[in-house]
Amino acid sequence: MDRRPRSFYVLAAVFGLFVLFLYGPILTIGILSFQGPQGGLTFPMNGVSLYWFRDLFEQQAVGDIWGAFRRSFALGLMVMVSTVVISVMAGLAFRKRFRGSGLLFYAAITSLVIPSILISLGVGLIFNQLGLKIHWATSGFGSQLTWTLPFGLLIMFAVFNRFDKSYEEAARDQGASAWQTIRHVVLPIIAPSLIGVALFGFTLSYDEFARTLLTAGSYNTLPLEIFGMTTNVTTPVIYALGTLTTLFSLSIIAAFLLGAWIMGKRRARLGSDAGKGV
Amino acid sequence: MAIRAFANRHVAGWVQAAPLAAVLLGFLIAPIAMIVVVSFWGATEFSIYPAFQFDNYEFLFGSPVTYRVFLATFKYALITWALTLTIGFTVAYFLAFHVRSLTMQVALFLLCTIPFWTSNIIRMISWIPFLGRNGIANQTLISWGVIDEPLEWLLYSDFAVILAFVHLYTLFMVVPIFNTMMRIDRSLLEAARDAGASGFQTLVHVVIPLTKPGIMIGTIFVVTLVMGDFITVRFMSGSQRANVGRLISNDIALLQYPSAAATAVVLLCTVLIVIAILLRFVNIRREL
Repeated sequence: MDRRPRSFYVLAAVFGLFVLFLYGPILTIGILSFQGPQGGLTFPMNGVSLYWFRDLFEQQAVGDIWGAFRRSFALGLMVMVSTVVISVMAGLAFRKRFRGSGLLFYAAITSLVIPSILISLGVGLIFNQLGLKIHWATSGFGSQLTWTLPFGLLIMFAVFNRFDKSYEEAARDQGASAWQTIRHVVLPIIAPSLIGVALFGFTLSYDEFARTLLTAGSYNTLPLEIFGMTTNVTTPVIYALGTLTTLFSLSIIAAFLLGAWIMGKRRARLGSDAGKGV
Repeated sequence: MAIRAFANRHVAGWVQAAPLAAVLLGFLIAPIAMIVVVSFWGATEFSIYPAFQFDNYEFLFGSPVTYRVFLATFKYALITWALTLTIGFTVAYFLAFHVRSLTMQVALFLLCTIPFWTSNIIRMISWIPFLGRNGIANQTLISWGVIDEPLEWLLYSDFAVILAFVHLYTLFMVVPIFNTMMRIDRSLLEAARDAGASGFQTLVHVVIPLTKPGIMIGTIFVVTLVMGDFITVRFMSGSQRANVGRLISNDIALLQYPSAAATAVVLLCTVLIVIAILLRFVNIRREL
């Protein structure tokens, strides 16, 4: 292998700084969340304790954190499942050029680039005028889908652009119906990418703020609750909460990535199931 | 037979696309339509009433605040775009052309993208201990003797707003640029070298032109995210700076929905025009 050019070391240093820039602040609040009971929002550390984490588990201290977490988790799962199902269906639809496909594609792109506050405002106004009550599981759920579905759809485009159609042709030649081809050929092949779509669906919903702001109703999701805390909480308890929810996000991401990795390994090990019958 | 096949293709497509279409119709198209309608309505202090008047737009275009705030919004977008592009391109270039093993590339790429899946609010909050009056930055600079008094403009300023934008959105540049760079045929770089191009010449005449689609997609993401933002500006400037998003959210807080709707319509048109211009340079579906 030839020697690395000097530019490699310069760029590697830039990359290192970028990673530090990305992770430094969150590591800082991770450390600061272990402040002693008298500690403030910045260094120096005033002792080391779990005081602020304990504070989180006492209901009255900081509002309805755990209720908000449960709602965000439930909503995340709802959005995740819907995103996967709807994206796969739409991805299949877009492989053929059906009438109106161009329009639908541009609608999806609009959904991605539209300022989030418009969704929040518009959905809020509609529910208001129809006399419906806004709730995180109805108006909030729909608003979040406008953010997660375009990502799901774009991933499906990327997947189907690389999809080898001869597998399907082989299935059809053997007499498989359209549904059988999808169920036994297409879905198993694209399964690992669906983990990616699910990851986007869950995490984008779990952290979504702007589109949920006016559509969540009287019960806050976790990001809304945290934002509310920024205006009136001036103790490290907010760092403790930030640390916990970031750790939660990281473990979710790790679980998804691990799932995708294991699936890839198994596939490599087991190889084709040709001739085993389905 | 041909007609049946034609009909089948369209019907199957419609059935499969129906859920997506339904969600977009109910939660994207209808809300936009509603906002357009309400932008012509009137408002009292407590309620809004149907009408067809141009008062909201007249007020909007008649106020110097509007132009100032739109200008500020463009300023944020432009500065953030320049910074995220520079950083994002450099990072993607390093990953794509200097990291040699695929495993390492994937690992480092993931390292850059993981923050995308965590909370933006938390990532904004995490700058407080760094930028505050007694924060790490000021403490460090004072201990080095660079400054005598804490800098006041670190937190709650344009600086903080742009820092947060760059922190939050650079990976929207890294991902598409890296994606396009990975598809550049390496033999082209070799050919450039063989033809006597220096590293810099290869970069300018080969890599950058071939990376343009990725740059465009990243640009669309960053520009729309910054232009539509209201929460980063509010939080990082301590409510001392304004952009269009904040104009809308302030009206909403005052229950002035028609006025908020009119501003929203103008913002949406502005964003869509910017996108339409950018889309002339790239075919998104082909680039995935």
